[in-house]
Amino acid sequence: MSTRATSIEQFEPPRPSRVNYLNAQYGIKSWLLTKDHKRIGLLYLMSISVFFLLGGVYAMLIRLELLTPQGDLVQAQTYNKLFTQHGIIMVFFFLIPSIPATLGNFLVPLMIGAKDLAFPRINLLSWYIYMLGGIITIWALLNGGVDTGWTFYAPYSTTFSNTYVVATGLGIFINGFSSILTGLNFIVTIHTMRAPGMTWFRLPLFIWSHYATSLIMVLGTPVIAITVLLLAFERLAHVGIFDPAFGGDPILFQHLFWFYSHPAVYIMVLPGMGVVSELIANFSRKNIFGYSFVAFSSIAIAVFGFLVWGHHMFVSGQSVYAGMIFSFLSFAVAIPSAVKVFNWTATLYKGSISYDTPMLYGLGFIGLFIIGGMTGLFLAAMGTDVHLTDTYFVVAHFHYVMVGGTLLAYLGGLHYWWPKITGRMYPEMWAKFAALIVFVGFNLTFFPQFLLGYMGMPRRYQAYAPEFQVLHVFSTAGASILGIGLLIPVTYFIWSFRYGKVAGANPWRLPGLEWRTPSPPPTENFAVTPVVTWEAYEFAPPEELEVVGKFDRGDEPDHPAIAT
Amino acid sequence: MESWIPFIPEAASTFARRVDALYFYLTGVTLFFTVLISVVLAFFVVKYRRRTPYETPRPVAGSLKLETIWTVIPFLIAMSMFAWGTSVYFSQYRMPSNAMEIYVVGKQWMWKFQHTTGQREINELHIPVGRKIKLIMTTEDVIHSFFVPAFRTKSDVVPGRYTSVWFEATKPGRYHLFCAEYCGMNHSGMGGWVEVMDPRDYDNWLSGNANQQSPVAAGQQLYAATLGCASCHGEKGEGGRGPTLNGLFGTSVLLEGGNKVTADETYIRESILNPQAKLAAGFKPIMPTFAGQVTEEQLLQLVAYIKSLSPSKTEGTQTTGSTVQTGAQTGLATPAGQGAKSTESQRMNPLNSTAPRPGSSSSGSHQAGGPPR
Repeated sequence: MSTRATSIEQFEPPRPSRVNYLNAQYGIKSWLLTKDHKRIGLLYLMSISVFFLLGGVYAMLIRLELLTPQGDLVQAQTYNKLFTQHGIIMVFFFLIPSIPATLGNFLVPLMIGAKDLAFPRINLLSWYIYMLGGIITIWALLNGGVDTGWTFYAPYSTTFSNTYVVATGLGIFINGFSSILTGLNFIVTIHTMRAPGMTWFRLPLFIWSHYATSLIMVLGTPVIAITVLLLAFERLAHVGIFDPAFGGDPILFQHLFWFYSHPAVYIMVLPGMGVVSELIANFSRKNIFGYSFVAFSSIAIAVFGFLVWGHHMFVSGQSVYAGMIFSFLSFAVAIPSAVKVFNWTATLYKGSISYDTPMLYGLGFIGLFIIGGMTGLFLAAMGTDVHLTDTYFVVAHFHYVMVGGTLLAYLGGLHYWWPKITGRMYPEMWAKFAALIVFVGFNLTFFPQFLLGYMGMPRRYQAYAPEFQVLHVFSTAGASILGIGLLIPVTYFIWSFRYGKVAGANPWRLPGLEWRTPSPPPTENFAVTPVVTWEAYEFAPPEELEVVGKFDRGDEPDHPAIAT
Repeated sequence: MESWIPFIPEAASTFARRVDALYFYLTGVTLFFTVLISVVLAFFVVKYRRRTPYETPRPVAGSLKLETIWTVIPFLIAMSMFAWGTSVYFSQYRMPSNAMEIYVVGKQWMWKFQHTTGQREINELHIPVGRKIKLIMTTEDVIHSFFVPAFRTKSDVVPGRYTSVWFEATKPGRYHLFCAEYCGMNHSGMGGWVEVMDPRDYDNWLSGNANQQSPVAAGQQLYAATLGCASCHGEKGEGGRGPTLNGLFGTSVLLEGGNKVTADETYIRESILNPQAKLAAGFKPIMPTFAGQVTEEQLLQLVAYIKSLSPSKTEGTQTTGSTVQTGAQTGLATPAGQGAKSTESQRMNPLNSTAPRPGSSSSGSHQAGGPPR
């Protein structure tokens, strides 16, 4: 990878910039009271990393326990707490905020040419809310933890579990408001604060995917908050909502829970898709193929994603006809994801493809996301779902989407924007090595779990039948490799903060707005408000446009620009 | 436990091969697209690799034709999966009318079965090969899920209602039974075996365990004596202050307020525990609740008895085995006198039964001792 001067020098501001957002102010107070979206992004980055490491420790303990068929490493209830807490930490405190709250916070204003988010104080508030929710949850975990599974199914959670259900629920309830505020902030910012000339169809696809994600955050998160609140009422006062012993309906809990938690899957993966769109286009120096199809597929996923929750409940006793409709819609929601994959692939056609680390993560994402997405069809088809639900097949499927998808996109994005965030390059050889280790370790961990699932290994089992052991050993071995692969970037990111090569404003020589300001950017992002006169991913002038397919659209740009 | 195809569990029910066929189709399509995209990606990545740092490839316009192709074709493939998956599912969930019924009660952390001839089992289920079996299931505490991988069948067992599942085993053998819905501390220990037997062996097994009270007989005893249902619904269900129960099961009941409800197992259960929830038209809300007085197993016995009062609706649901209705003959004899062989039957004794449902996580749920593992 070259870090040499760029081919679009005319846009490059003078470097090195003396004052940037990192050294504009010093002292702990300047961080804790900052209103700068970039600093808040870093606050999120640090806290999310802590949660990720904690969730990772739980994962390793789970995999170690499953090395042998007997439940012999920890006690049964301890094991149940391990997988519960792994799920809660990873889902609510890592995956959901991961890309939006760190990269999104940092980049949404930079990419649209704004000075900050629309509501900087609310942005800081959302971090404090996140921390409060996180601290309450960790307090609950340290005091004995919770053993309901991250799904909190009633009536186990309302009546039978004697662990810290309400305290953990309170942590999740509070944390939800952080999502809502972040989503609200993004929506308003994207609507009102785009630089002159930055029309909707000139927005980077990262912004489109964050817009779609924000819609789900704002519309979906209140439902989980209400659900957790009702769960607490039921547990404390037995009001008879979910527990049939008091006249409630346990299936109602599942409906409410999945009404949020399925769209939450798209909160986790849509920003990853946005990152990958950036990586694929920028590292092949091409405009994205079918821009508007990729953009609107994000919106379609956000909308359809709200209508498929019942596919988690095909064997729960819900009506078979309801199941049929949910199955149909679940297949329908797969189509926009497929459209994205095809367009990413087509973008590479006749590109100038580099093998820099972010691109490796981007390509890895596509490969793993195909497997993760297509195995979702096995679970949308009711005939196979009956056999596969609540087995390791489901575990493998959502880890392919969440880890193979979101985590890889997050790592790819971190590498890609690391020079912008810190002004320093990460060590490229180490990064490529780590990316390879992560890819191999990940597949070795989770591919055997597909096989285990079809063989009938139920999930959340501490002890299992001996015939499943061989595949579990592979999985544990893979998890160890994956763990090492993830520790390497942690190490060199910290190292490069101080010792990495100075990056310069635009180390990848890209046209995006975030690369037209110094690295690290000044507090106000841009010395002068930029005026956008180019399309997204415009590497070469539009008159060089080459047309594929039959529909000749002449010299017109891919989409008519919509005036702001 | 494995079939000749690697990583495919043994197929021992009439559904199993149908589910496998769908699974192979899905796997084939997944492999096809994974390989297709990976090969195209790899080809592009090598062919169009960056050769000089400053090259700027010409931009490529989108293609409506391509977008249409790769929207419509995946959609059609997805619809084929949807249609196939739905047809397999419906055949699993449309209950056959001539199945042999077995009652199932889940509790933390064991499976309890009762055959219509009265045999009780824990964590083991004996069934004959080649007969349709219908399970009528409920749970005393949390949600469980009945899962037999070799049958490719699974159904959640939900407190407060009955769920059903049916299957027909195709070859004798011993197959894993798992609880698939997380149910608390010893979730992974809540399993056992389904023993599929030759019909003759099954009959032998039944007669070898014959001296137990059938659910119908036990239900009649509860009805006539223990709970005193007969005082309002009549000695033989002919009715009185309460609605008649003869011929009730499976019919449509007109409710106070004009709605109608089908008298299925769940309706009967609800009417015992919460009589005013769906009051039959023309009757006063005078029936007391029996919540807290009957266990889930006793409820199933009452349901079995009330079903037996509607012979035309339930014909063909009797077992092949010899029916020994000792309970019906002994009438009021203490149940402990007949079935004291297992701790389970003692727990079933209504005179010293435990609370039917624990109020909290610990009370009541350990009294029967751990499941035999």
